[in-house]
Order: sequence, then structure tokens, then C-alpha cells
Amino acid sequence: MSEALVATEAAGTGVEPVPGPSGARQFWRRLRTQRAALVAAAVVALLVLVALAAPLLTAIEGQDPTTYHPSLVDSARGGVPIGSFGGISGDHWLGVEPQTGRDLFARLVYGARVSLGVALAATTVQVLLGVVVGVAAALGNRWVDQLLSRITDIIVALPLMIMALALLAIVPGNFPRPVLVSLIIGFVAWGTIGKIARAATLTLKELDYVAAARLSGWGTWRIARRDLLPGLAAPVITYAALMVPANISIEAALSFLGVGVKPPTPSWGQMLSAANVWYQAAPQYLLLPAGALFVTVLALTVLGDGVRTALDPRAASRLRVGTGRKSENKAGKEGTA
Amino acid sequence: MSGFAGFALRRAVGAVLTLLALSVIVYVVFYATPGNVAQITCGPRCSPEQVHQVAQQLKLDDPLYLRYWHFLEGIVVGQDYSTGTSVAHCSAPCLGLSYQSDQQVMQIILTKLPVSLSLVFGAMVLWLLLGVGTGVLSAWRRGRFSERALTGVTLAGISTPVFVIGLVLMIVICGQLELLPFPEYVAFSDDPEQWAWGLLLPWVTLALGEAAYFARLTRASMLETLAEDHIRTFRAYGVSERSIIGRHALRGALAPIIALNANDFGSAVGGAVLIESLFGLPGIGQELVHAVNVVDLPVVVGMVLVIGFFVVLANAVADVLYAVADRRVVLT
Amino acid sequence: MSLVQVTDLSVEFGDLRAVDGLSFRLQQGAALALVGESGSGKSTVASALLGLHRGTGARVGGSIEVAGTDVQEASDDELRRLRGAKAAMVFQDPLSSLDPYYAIGDQIAEVYRVHTRASRRAARARAVDVLDRVGIPDAQRRSRSRPHEFSGGMRQRALIAMALACEPDLLIADEPTTALDVTVQAQILDLLHTLREETGMGLLLVTHDVGVAAESVDEVLVMRHGRVVEHGRVGAVLGAPKEPYTRDLLAAVPRVDASRAPSEASEEVVLEAVGLRREFGRGKRAFAAVDDVSLTVHRGETLGIVGESGSGKTTLGRMLVGLLEPTVGEVRHDGHARVGVNPAVQMVFQDPVSSLNPRRSVGESIADPLRARGERDEGRIRGRVRELLERVGLEAAHYDRYPHEFSGGQRQRVGIARALAADPRVIVCDEPVSALDVTTQAQVVALLGELQRELGLALVFVAHDLAVVRQVSDRVAVMQRGRIVEQGPADEVYDNPQDPYTKQLLAAVPALDPEVAARRRTARRELTAA
Repeated sequence: MSEALVATEAAGTGVEPVPGPSGARQFWRRLRTQRAALVAAAVVALLVLVALAAPLLTAIEGQDPTTYHPSLVDSARGGVPIGSFGGISGDHWLGVEPQTGRDLFARLVYGARVSLGVALAATTVQVLLGVVVGVAAALGNRWVDQLLSRITDIIVALPLMIMALALLAIVPGNFPRPVLVSLIIGFVAWGTIGKIARAATLTLKELDYVAAARLSGWGTWRIARRDLLPGLAAPVITYAALMVPANISIEAALSFLGVGVKPPTPSWGQMLSAANVWYQAAPQYLLLPAGALFVTVLALTVLGDGVRTALDPRAASRLRVGTGRKSENKAGKEGTA
Repeated sequence: MSGFAGFALRRAVGAVLTLLALSVIVYVVFYATPGNVAQITCGPRCSPEQVHQVAQQLKLDDPLYLRYWHFLEGIVVGQDYSTGTSVAHCSAPCLGLSYQSDQQVMQIILTKLPVSLSLVFGAMVLWLLLGVGTGVLSAWRRGRFSERALTGVTLAGISTPVFVIGLVLMIVICGQLELLPFPEYVAFSDDPEQWAWGLLLPWVTLALGEAAYFARLTRASMLETLAEDHIRTFRAYGVSERSIIGRHALRGALAPIIALNANDFGSAVGGAVLIESLFGLPGIGQELVHAVNVVDLPVVVGMVLVIGFFVVLANAVADVLYAVADRRVVLT
Repeated sequence: MSLVQVTDLSVEFGDLRAVDGLSFRLQQGAALALVGESGSGKSTVASALLGLHRGTGARVGGSIEVAGTDVQEASDDELRRLRGAKAAMVFQDPLSSLDPYYAIGDQIAEVYRVHTRASRRAARARAVDVLDRVGIPDAQRRSRSRPHEFSGGMRQRALIAMALACEPDLLIADEPTTALDVTVQAQILDLLHTLREETGMGLLLVTHDVGVAAESVDEVLVMRHGRVVEHGRVGAVLGAPKEPYTRDLLAAVPRVDASRAPSEASEEVVLEAVGLRREFGRGKRAFAAVDDVSLTVHRGETLGIVGESGSGKTTLGRMLVGLLEPTVGEVRHDGHARVGVNPAVQMVFQDPVSSLNPRRSVGESIADPLRARGERDEGRIRGRVRELLERVGLEAAHYDRYPHEFSGGQRQRVGIARALAADPRVIVCDEPVSALDVTTQAQVVALLGELQRELGLALVFVAHDLAVVRQVSDRVAVMQRGRIVEQGPADEVYDNPQDPYTKQLLAAVPALDPEVAARRRTARRELTAA
């Protein structure tokens, strides 16, 4: 829904000084212990699979998302699908769209492509821009830092929905819309990740092992690549994992308003806005995209929480305090300074 | 306290500079785009004569910085526009004229603003009460069934896009159960009671999703505070759990809540756009969507700047409040 | 009836048995110290006395009776009535132990009202009373300040004031002076002593520092791995320890009054600082962390730099190795002015956790200086690193292990090996042992001494602990507020200090002999009275 919200939630995510030998292995081990996150990961994997296999799935069904079937809707009753449950049949697994008679299953699975594709692409742009600007600000001299930080502040202050709406107005219509939506979300909403990257780099830069690497005689570039960037992975991935569902919501909202992905490309937000007036005659037309959006965002959010817990055990133990499942190990902290 | 006043002043100056930078970015992005600016500005249905007229009015032959300067001048001191036959004065702050209706952009915005402000601020009261309340409750009941239930509800809350919540609420409450009439806007000055009834559903819609975020944040930052050493001190001195939660943990969570509320303002405005469109409320959001669809550039630019103004203002106010709430922050 | 009666206490966190079959008893008005290294379970015992493990998932066995309350069987309400009213606790870090958002007077008043039903006004007056009692000047006004507006020592006084508010029978002090400078530590220990004399309350002191215990209590209980090692009168245990562990522990404690065998220092100057000054911040907030510091380091000798927190010693150390550039002045290697880092001058860092990249094997970290120098032959690199690992007392096979697999002392050894890999002439050690337990401390210090003799290294040893510095140094520089106030051969500075600040520092060091401690306390009291 909003990048700012996610950011503030993730802001507690600091740089973890001791993640152990191979961050990845430990990460999987910690993720595996969370049942909810695992279920969510399975759901996300399934959605990705469906999105990738959309042409195959619709071919099996024998339909495609754009062909009109005027014979399947009752034009006398304003275009309500003929047959029970919105025209569900062996040919049309989830029924057809009112008025046009387009196949709903096909539109839904192709919609998953748009939703996930746009969200992932936008997140990638955000991460790349944010990390480059954030790291440059942290490593640059005072003036570079000042300049980049002010720019980041302004970017953070831009209301994403409004900017996206406005920008979508001026780009020529022949530009591929899904790409455009991804780029706009990416370029307007990288500010928070930039701040996180800068803060994390500043913390890492002060660690003694970076000083030791300098004393060894290594140059800035090599230290940045080997001692700083790997340490950035945890906070950045944590934040990015929570960005994906936020971006899905944004894309759906823009398409719902009719300025995002344009017909005939199917998208869930677009289906919802069209279904608005059909809820009594064809409820599944409304419920299917709404349910798909809900499940997708929920699964990604739960997965994002799981990723955060796995990457930031400090936060995890904090959230676990007093639940009786595992007590905090006080003995570990006891003793001298 | 002079250090604090100085901080507030610096923050205000910073806000003005941010706004200025925002206006430059917005102006350049919208008026320096490739393609026939006059055509885009005027809209796809304009005749060649209209396009020519627009090009003249926009002084498109002038360099960009000069045009921006004029734009800025309009905001500060106002501007005169010739609309073919007569000359109209657009007093400061002037954001130009709409090419769809020839109305002054500022005028359009001022008529729509009360709707949007009613919506956002009304919802804000609701989401703060609901969200912080839920967060405190789930921090207090941590580890018990009621906390799990609350966690589940808030998770569902943040996972449902605001327009889906709105659609479902409208269909169920107004359509099926007929508990409330379909939302409509009545000015507060006309009838406060109708104003509130008409906005009730939009408020709830906007507040539910935001409240879920606040509940999560409040819970997380209260648990963080509860894990701090000073909480252990008060436990070791026999202070009751109720006092610890209500007095110490909540106080520690206050500053992050304020910060989030400011950050959140921008996204709440985005949510308001959706809700206005969904419920047909005649606010800035609905007007913006309309302007975007008919490519009415002056209106779009004006709206973005006005909304940006509110967002920057909210951030500046929040920064000052944050500094008051968290006296540990270094004032710079 | 005794004030505290602990019988067969055990505390388990999951699989870890932190306290195992501990029994002791404390009489009304008596003072007992629990002494042990980290992981000995001493703080866990302190928390158990107030029932603080309840609800955390820890399993507590045995019986605990404090001031007539059976802590194990008491209801939550009874436990609350014990906490703060009959037995009060003072914690290690006074800053984090107070709520940052409320005035100190209000926090004390809140605690007082929990137990007395006094009016707001009366509670506030009581808060000012106790603040005044613990020596906060202008208590009425200062009671309105928040914790961050207090200095470290004042905060600890405020925390003690909170403990006094309800006139408890027992004061539990968990490492009350560990976060404080040595001069402040002496003041707090004196305060505790005076309060005990005046109020007759019992004291249970938890500390890792044998000297602190010697200063403050009648009885000592030495703990290790959650069990009692030795328990008895403080003079007996510290003067004639019976158990081998107690003996080892005492032997490892550095003595501020024992001089050191001089090393084979030559006249050759390897590192020189001339008029160093370093400022931080800009404009009105600018301040000089180091101001006009000049010193020389000779080949083969150890220069100790000692100072309290904020004295600028760490900043000075970082300038000496080139990690920080001085604002004014220059650093010379072998007589030549140098800017930036140089492999010939290496550093050993304080924090064994952050000084090694957690994502790289320790062998790779040690190999850094070799690779940076341009060595490409993998075989030679591995060979040299193995040799270094063995040299610092680790195993050659540790090459491929990661930092988290090592203890704090072992990581410090890895850090030393990495510094050695650059074939340095000087190593600046920034508080190299302050994060380590006293026995580990002694081992690391011994290792540094061996290496120095063997390789003819010059060492700059930066530390806050006067005893450790004396143990390792040929010459000593004492720093205060960015300046060197006194500099000279270690024996001269320690045995015959000239500067008043040096005298004050040395007078504040806790003595291991309780009788000496008592004499010093009297002397300090006379000094402040005069």
C-alpha cells in the first residue's frame, strides 16, 4: 500500500554484526523454523509458477484472455453471463466476463503475470537506485553526502500514488504500460531504501574490521565490495521483501483508477474496477480478482515478515519475548562488559 | 529552549527549500517532456487552432527556466491571462488555468480541498485511535490467544488493498444490508450531521488499512521498549505491569508513531484518491484522476504541488513533534 | 533470622544450566560479594533473588527466602511488595536502567508511591530527599532533569537513590561500577559503604572485579559455571585462597603496585607524534578530542597510554596508525612525516566481535595484509598464515574457521596474527583486553609481551585500566581531556606521581587487600572533607 509505511516498520532493522559463516545457510535454517512463512513461500511459489505458465494453462483450458464471446452473455439483460455461477463450464473454468464474455480464468492467470512482473521489476529498480545512491552518499565526501541526502529527502516526500498518477498522464500511450508502471514506481519510491542503505553503510564503515582492512593496505573500492556490500544484504533484502507486496497494491490501485495497465492487457485492479457494478449479477467477477490480490499480498507480507525474522534475529527474539516458546537466553548476556 | 526554536526554524526553512525543489522537478518533468507540449497540454481533442493558442499562452518559445520563473511568479504575486477576448487576473497564489474549463487551477483546488481534508483528517483520528489501541492491547496480551487473533486481523488488514476494502464494505453495508446510505459529501457548514454520516464509510475504509499498519508498528515498538533495560528496573521495583505498559512502554513507542504518521500522510493521500473515486466524493483525488484522464496538465501540476505542500508540511510538523516527543534526538 | 537464605538454587535457560545447586545465607546488615567471570551465573542469582526470572521461561529450582518472603512460592502481588520495598536492586548501566523520557525525581517518586500510597507531592519530596542523600548537588532542581542530562556517576547515584527511597533491608548491586571510570567508581563504592553504615541495610554485590569486592564487603563467594568455588571472609579468601581456581583468578588480576621487568628498548625512535591536535564537529560545536600531544615510541619498548573515558586516548591511537588525520601536527615514522595508513604500523582493536569480518574465514582475514602487499602464491600465503596462527597460540587448522566459532580471547589472538602478517614495527593496541575476562586478559597480555621480545616490536598500549597498563608498559603517558598531563618511566609515574590528576587516579584504584582498602577509603574521605 505504501512504501513509507513499510520503511518505517523496517527501519528497526539494523546491521547485524555477527551473522555467522555463510549468511545464506543460516538464513534458510532460520526461515525453515517458521511455519507461516513456509506456507506463504509455497503460496508465492505457486503464484509465480501460475504466472510463468499462464500461456500453458490457458492452452490447456483452450481459451485466451482477449477473445470476446458475445454468445455467452445475455445482451437482453445488459450482458450478464448466461448459465449458473457466471457461466462456469468445462470450457470456461471460472466463468466469463459480463458484457464481453472473455474467459475469466485466462484473464486471472494473465493478470498474475502483470501483478507479479510489475511488482518485481519495480522493486528491482528501487533496490538498485536506492543502494547506489545510499552507498555513494555514505562513502562520498561531505558535499556528495549532503547533495544525495537532500535528493533522497525530496524523493521520500513525494507521494507515490499522486506522482504515479500524474506521470502516467504525460507519457505517450504507445509506451508499454506494464514497463512504464514499473519504472514509475521504481523511480518515485526508491528514497526509503536509499536512506536504509546509507544508514547501514555508515554503520558498517565504522566497524573495526573495515579499519583493519584499511590498515592492511586495501583501497576503498575493494573494501566497499568485500566488506561493505555483503553487510548491506540483510537490511536491503529485509526491506525489499516488504516492498514487493506494497508494489503489488500500488499497481492494482493504478489499474483500478484506469491509468495503470490498460486494456486489453488483463490486470486484477482493472478487473475490480469493471466488476464494481456487476457484484449482484456476477459476484465471482468481483470476488476472483479481489481474492487473488488478497492472497498474493498476504502471502508476500507473511513471507516478508519471515525473511525479516530470519535476517534479524535480534528483532525476532524481541518479538518472541514472553511468548513462552523460547525464553531469551539471559545467561548469554550476563557478566562483565 | 532557544536550541529548540532554532531547530524548528531550520526545519521550516528546509521545508520551503524542499517545496521549491519539488516545484522545479515537477515543472521540468511535466513541461520539458519530449513531444508537442502544447498538444499534450491542450489534450488530444484540441483543434490545431487551440493548440496554437495554447503554445502562445504557454510562451513555449521562451526557454524553460524563464517559463518556470513565470510560473513561480504566478504563485507569489499572481498573473494576468488573456483568454482570447478578455484578460483575466489570477491572483496569488496562481497555479495557472485549466485548459478544459478555463477555470483557475487554484479555484478548482479550493473548492475540492474541504472534501479531501475532511476525509483524510477524519480518517486519521480513527486510524490513530484504532491502530494505537490495537497495538497497545496486543503488546499487553502478548503470548496469549487474543494477541494471536489481533495479529491475524491486522495482517489481513494490511494485506487488503484499500479499494478492495471499500468495495466490499460498500457492497455489503450499503448494498446488501442497507445499514448506511451510499456515501455522499455534504459540506460541514451545511449540515454537520449529514457530513459525518456521509463520510462514515469512507473514513472507516481509509482508516482500516492504516490502522493495521499502526497496530503492527505500535506493537513492535512497544515490545522493543519492553525489552529495554529500564523496563527491567521498574519490574525490579515492583511497578505493576499495567503501569509499565501504559506509562513506560507506550511513552517509548510514541516517537516512532509520530514519525510514522507523517510518513504515512503521503500514502493516506494516495488512499484518499482511490476512495474518492470509488465513492464518488468530489475531492482533489477525483479531480486529479479526471485531469489525468483528459491530460489537463496545469491542473495535474497544480494538484501535485498542493498535495506535495501538505505532505512536506506534515513531515516538517512531525519532525518538530518528534523532537519534542523524543528529547534524546540531537537537534541538527 | 537471616536476611537472605538461598538453598540449592538452580536456574536453567533451555538446555543451559546457568546456576547449579547454589546455597548461601546473608545476615541482617551484612555484605556479601558474588565474584566470577562472565558466564559464572552471578547476575542470574541476583535476578533470582527478586523473582525476576518469573515469566521469562527460565526454570528456577531450590528455595529462595528474602526478607521473610518465600520468593519461589510468593504470589505476584507479594513479589511486587518485596521488590523495591524490602529488597532493591541497582544495575550495571545507569543510563539504560532509567526511563529516558521521565525526570529522575518522577521516576523515584513513582517507585515510592507504588509501595507507600503517599501523595504525589509527598513522593516528590521523598525523591528530592534521597537524591540529596546520595550526594546530588542542588537536588530539588536536578530532580527535574532527565537521565541523559546527568553524568554517568550522577546517574548511578540517582539509581541508588531510587533503591533507598523505600528504605529496603537489602540492596542488590549488579556490577554497579563496571560502566564507570575508576575515579567515579571509587566515589560510588564509598557512597555504598557510607549508606550501609548509616542505614544498616544488607548488601549483595555482584562483580567480576575482585578489587571492587575487596573494597566493599565482609564475605566473598567465588562462582564458576554456576557453582560455588569458595566462600568465606573476604580477607581469608583473597589473602589465602584454598581453591586452585581462586588462586588462578587472583594471580591473573593485574596489580597496580607491582613493577615490571623492563624490555630491551633501544634508543631508535620508530614512531613519533608532534603537536597532534584533532577536532571534531564544526562551528560552535567543535571541540578538540586531542590537543597538543607529542610523544615518541622507541624500538622494542611499550608505551602505555592511560586515561578515563573522553580523555582522547582512542582518537590519539587512531591518529598514530593513520586511520584519522590530525587537524594540526604530524605523525612521523622513522623520522619521516607520513599521511594515511602504513603497513608498518598496525592496530589491535578493542572489540573482538566487530574487529573481524563475520563473513570471512579467519585465515582470509589474516591473509589480507599479505595479499594487499601483492603476494599471489596461494601456497606461500597459506603457509605464512598457518605459521602466524600457531605463533599466537591457535591451530594451523583454524584457517578455514569463521570468527563466531571462536571465544573473545581467541578472536583477539586472530587480530594480533593479522597485525603481525604485515610485518609491522609498531602495533597500537586500543584497549585490547578490556572486553576479556581477567584470566584471558592475562594470557593475551603475556602473548603480546612474548611477541615484543621475539620480534623487537614497539607497542603502544592504550587502556583505561591503570593496573593493566603498569603490567605491560616501560613508559606511561597519562591523558586527561585530550592532553597528556604526565609522561615518564612507568615506575616513576606510578610510584611517585607528580600531577594531581595522576594522584587522584591512582588513589581510586581498588586495592585487593581489604585492610588497605579501608585505609584508602579513610584517606579519600579526609581528602574530600578537607
